[in-house]
Amino acid sequence: MKRFAELYDAIDRTTSTNAKVAAMVGYFQTAPAADVAWAIFFLTGRRLKRLVPSAAIRDWTLKATGIDAWLLEECHAVVGDGAETAALVLDQVASTGRDETPLSEWVESRILPLRELGPGEQHAQVAHWWTLLDRTRRFMLLKILTGELRVGVSQTLVVRALAEAAALPATTIAARLMGDWAPTAAWVGALMSAEETSDDRSRPYPFFLASPLEAPLASLGAPADWLIEWKWDGIRAQLVCRGGDVHLWSRGEELITPRFPEIAAAATRLPDGTVLDGEVLAFRDGQPLLFSALQQRIGRQRQLAQAMRAVPVVFMAYDLLEDHGADIREQPIEARRLRLEALLPGGGMLRTSPLIAAESWAALDPLRAESRARGVEGLMLKRRTSAYGVGRRKGDWWKWKIDPYTIDAVLIYAQPGSGRRASLLTDYTFGVWDGDELVPIAKAYSGLSNDEIAEIDRWIRRHTRERYGPVRHVEPLQVFELGFEAIAPSPRHRSGIAVRFPRMLRWRRDKGPRDADTLDSVRKLMA
Amino acid sequence: MAFLSESDQGLFCAAGGFHIDPWLPVPRALITHAHGDHARPGSDAYLCAAGGEGLLRRRLGAEATIESIAYGRELTIGSVRVTFHPAGHVLGSAQIRLESDAGVWVVSGDYKRAHDPTCAPFEPLRCDTFVTESTFGLPIYRWDETARVIDEIAAWWRGNADAGRASLLFCYNLGKAQRLLAELMRVTERPVYVHGMMLGMIEAYRDAGIAMLPVLPVIERAAGRRSAAASFAGELILAPVAARGTPWVRRLGELSDGFASGLMRVRGVRRQRGFDRGFVLSDHADWPALLATIAETGASRVLATHGHAEPLARHLAGLGLASGTIRTAWEGEPAGD
Repeated sequence: MKRFAELYDAIDRTTSTNAKVAAMVGYFQTAPAADVAWAIFFLTGRRLKRLVPSAAIRDWTLKATGIDAWLLEECHAVVGDGAETAALVLDQVASTGRDETPLSEWVESRILPLRELGPGEQHAQVAHWWTLLDRTRRFMLLKILTGELRVGVSQTLVVRALAEAAALPATTIAARLMGDWAPTAAWVGALMSAEETSDDRSRPYPFFLASPLEAPLASLGAPADWLIEWKWDGIRAQLVCRGGDVHLWSRGEELITPRFPEIAAAATRLPDGTVLDGEVLAFRDGQPLLFSALQQRIGRQRQLAQAMRAVPVVFMAYDLLEDHGADIREQPIEARRLRLEALLPGGGMLRTSPLIAAESWAALDPLRAESRARGVEGLMLKRRTSAYGVGRRKGDWWKWKIDPYTIDAVLIYAQPGSGRRASLLTDYTFGVWDGDELVPIAKAYSGLSNDEIAEIDRWIRRHTRERYGPVRHVEPLQVFELGFEAIAPSPRHRSGIAVRFPRMLRWRRDKGPRDADTLDSVRKLMA
Repeated sequence: MAFLSESDQGLFCAAGGFHIDPWLPVPRALITHAHGDHARPGSDAYLCAAGGEGLLRRRLGAEATIESIAYGRELTIGSVRVTFHPAGHVLGSAQIRLESDAGVWVVSGDYKRAHDPTCAPFEPLRCDTFVTESTFGLPIYRWDETARVIDEIAAWWRGNADAGRASLLFCYNLGKAQRLLAELMRVTERPVYVHGMMLGMIEAYRDAGIAMLPVLPVIERAAGRRSAAASFAGELILAPVAARGTPWVRRLGELSDGFASGLMRVRGVRRQRGFDRGFVLSDHADWPALLATIAETGASRVLATHGHAEPLARHLAGLGLASGTIRTAWEGEPAGD
């Protein structure tokens, strides 16, 4: 684990992506394969199911240090991270720091077997490990135990480093990293191998992602150069049909075939060697249903038959990536679409996402305005000549979403953020008026610039009415414009309303608290 | 807390008719040290420890009325016998001891217990009531040996030099910069480049006879060469955080940046500020040093101020001490660290 901790530090200590990649390449080329396997597991953001509850880590830390529980809580509010707080106060507990046990052995022979132990034995074990490890490794151990270890690299950088270490194309590595794999030395061998493996055949291609359109439409050139579609509000997925098997992969790299058996059944009629990119949509009478309907199909495995009746779905395909076994991602999307339309001409379970004709950019405005009524999120713009790329690369694919719902709400509570926002008050609760009372309507923590965050942080500290632990009740004076994507009645919220993806759009310094919205005016948005 | 009270201007001693480190103008101000959150302009008369007069003069300007007194020399103001004692924070920093019918009070100002070649070491004092700083008054704050931190900085500097980069180290320009320049003499003799804003305080330290590495202003080298960008590769540059994000930084070419501060103990704080490296080097007492110092004073009552005053006071109450907090106009980040 020592070398992995060094890699963690090396990545953590630079903001240069080249330096991060170089550090990973060095590790991948020289560390034992069994360790590389677990390193990739953690670097790509995979987590062990939590082995020890955070509350236990807290209790053991209190025991080891003799600190009072309230004081550790104060520390946590400053640090913003439980494992780091524990690692920092544990500095008073002596350590030899001499442990040389490799990462794979740590995970497989020490950490995972904790699951079989009772709380008392777990405590004894972890307290013993603390005496072997220095601060960084204690921190990593705690992060692994609580299932929260995250390293500051994107998947794209890990893929780049692995491709460089293995001298393989990044696309090959990216495909092999999709879906399920077990972090073993043998798997690393296959991952880095120049030969095609049998598993390669069930895999989807890395998804190509659109970027939010920020520039004016006119900057895109002529409308005739673009394919325009609705932006569907479902689950982005690839339908992979090869060797007589069908696999449906979500963009989260989850295999979701068992949840949508009707799609898998329909796909068996496709030619062998077909890969479609599209959207799983809840769909009835030729209209998409709300995303919340689709959520019923995601969670409930036991009542699948019932859910299938209640929420019918379709696969709305918008791209063809593989045709009769040939990877056609480099062809222009215009050509790929012609093949797609030939493959899926009708409107059945598998259908082609229709194109929207527009003579001019101006003609798109009224269509986009219909989005909410049509149950879509806006429009997609894809350059006719574009290949199917990897990841989010700006320029060829744009998503032009509808404007969010907006309300003006009053800041009523604030608490410190976590991670890099630790010790800054960045997590806010907003209220709207119900008579003379402010009722919480949404929590939000994104959308402000760093300067605004710093300014509000200072303001809150001077205008705190009361403190409940880390939470501050602030004077109700500051008004913010909030945006959100959807609004629905909810018995679980005091306001009786739930909003989706709330964030701050603007700090309304020009408005006083009485100018904020009321519960009534917010309810009207649901009509 | 009748002897010292919290006025709108700051901590006030009625028996002596003076304020200590007031944040608004007052007739008479006793100053523990020259950092901006302790020494504010506008008061009619200032009194500080002899070693700190030069720094205070630079902070307050030529017009200010500043008197100073040697450490340990007694002065009677009203009915109070006043002495200044080393606090180990920065050059000329002092604890202020106040003896009267109300017993012995000590106002610590900012202090640290770690060795610092640029100032007199903290002098433990016995007292009845101790007013302690609490900038880092939480058990997460625990400093490594200074030598170890200096070695880390030297290794980072070497690594950057090998990669052809400059090393830009941000630090507070009164105290931390001079301490770094003095401590780095152990590992190098090489001159260090500094931001122009730092030259004055460094000069004040040299005037006081503090040995430090030679320094060169960045401006001279940048002006002297056409290809300024390449010319700082391998160099160490010290700069105040205020210089960050200004065009000044661009003339340094490719670089790695770091921040030397006790705040860097918390990873999230470093990442939020986007520094490549954080070096945990503080001129304040860490948690163990705060507790050890409080115990050494023998004080039966402790008042905490500046920083994490509430948790420190609550912890001390749990140890059976009478404790409380004194509010300050300063919240958030310590200016001197």
